[in-house]
Amino acid sequence: MRFAHFSALLLAIGLPLTASAGVLPEDRADLLGHRYEGGGVTIQGPSLLIRKTLAEKYSFSANYYMDYVTSASIDVQVSGASQYKEERTQYSLGFDYLRGKTTYSLGYTHSKENDYLAKTLSFGISQDLFGDLTTISMGFSKGDDTVMRRDTVGGGIDPTFKEDVDRWSYRVGVSQILTKSLVTSLNLEVITDEGYLNNPYRSFRYIDPDNNNQYKLATEKYPHTHTSNAVGLSARYFLPYRAAIEGGYRFYTDTWGVGGNTYNLGYVHPLKILPLTLEASVRYYEQKHADFYADLFPRIDFQNFMGRDKELSAFNSKTFRVGASYDFAKSGWKFIKKGSLNFYYDLMQFEYDDFRDARRTDLIAGTEPLYAFDANVFQLFVSIWF
Amino acid sequence: MSDEVSCAGRNSFRQAWCRVKTRPTAGRDTTLVALFAVLTLLSACGNIEPWVKPYERQALADPIMSFDPNPVSSAYTDHVFEAREGARGALGGSGGGCGCN
Repeated sequence: MRFAHFSALLLAIGLPLTASAGVLPEDRADLLGHRYEGGGVTIQGPSLLIRKTLAEKYSFSANYYMDYVTSASIDVQVSGASQYKEERTQYSLGFDYLRGKTTYSLGYTHSKENDYLAKTLSFGISQDLFGDLTTISMGFSKGDDTVMRRDTVGGGIDPTFKEDVDRWSYRVGVSQILTKSLVTSLNLEVITDEGYLNNPYRSFRYIDPDNNNQYKLATEKYPHTHTSNAVGLSARYFLPYRAAIEGGYRFYTDTWGVGGNTYNLGYVHPLKILPLTLEASVRYYEQKHADFYADLFPRIDFQNFMGRDKELSAFNSKTFRVGASYDFAKSGWKFIKKGSLNFYYDLMQFEYDDFRDARRTDLIAGTEPLYAFDANVFQLFVSIWF
Repeated sequence: MSDEVSCAGRNSFRQAWCRVKTRPTAGRDTTLVALFAVLTLLSACGNIEPWVKPYERQALADPIMSFDPNPVSSAYTDHVFEAREGARGALGGSGGGCGCN
């Protein structure tokens, strides 16, 4: 866990959903290598996803995912800790049952770090309506997490610390074909967490009462409940010369006072002279800070909840993506129907509005420069259909 | 007015209307209105003509029109964003579904 929290994400991600209620996903295998580097953190690893349909109405999926983390992030450095390494392993199993124009889905995800365990069970149902122009979907997930803590000396698990988190997620979505060239998607998701929501390693900082030019650190205090609401709208349009443009917007709000807006615009262009598809996209995200967030608190007991997680601060991020997919074995080869080799590169730029670089202890507390960093994200994966 | 309605033909609503109309019972106007409302609602569900015919969906069936052409990649990308942003949820783009299985 340390300075990244993954468990909450399991409610929202894991194995992706079926594309249409009346059609099961294709038989397909994907092997992906991923690498994230930025802000003193490097995370890399593989992901293997396999889907197989049986009797034209059952679909099984399995995903194996790993993160190898090496971190000397700004949080680690401010806390005085040294660089650390850890692993996260995630297994997911999924089952879809197609009956008429209805698909029932069941999924289970298990994620394990040496100090964090997360288990999530999900159920979903989707239905095609109105001549298959409309697909409505509903889903529910229940997550049970166990939060542990490693000793700062020795690295062993602290036997006196073990906390639980319960998570619930409710989703509703509509996909709608509007014209011969335009399809839209509207998604609403409510997530509620209850339990120990702190990161046990992270500290907030407050003004040193003995020297107002310096700061001290204390363990964060978070509320024990958190409910969020998000609604996203996407549209994809087919251009006459065989290309596609996509736009999307997401509105987010939660009970911690965080509010966010996400905008994205993308373009996909298959080449005519080569079996190559190029794509590019830009994404902009902005959020306001949580009610109990502050970069520097006046004193240690300033209020009941206090946090300094930069993911809860006010900031914006810009993401620029380029990608390419090369199709091979288009006519089939042995048991393979077709295949593709894909590469994506994302440049992410984060600019914080009220999170300062507290590593600058040579400056008066609260006057340090605002923090910013760039991250590079690489994905290379091969896909085969069989 | 009832005389103007022909009971011939295969239209189910028209036949039902005629059956009710010829029944000599009290309160039949109320029944008629209720039946009319129910049948109208049912026919609204069953008779929506897809304004994009199946044979007109060639472009929509193109892989480049998929909201989620590479699930293994989109799951990872969503993971990266959610780990570094306060916002979460409603990222499902393929069919508005659960995003979970």
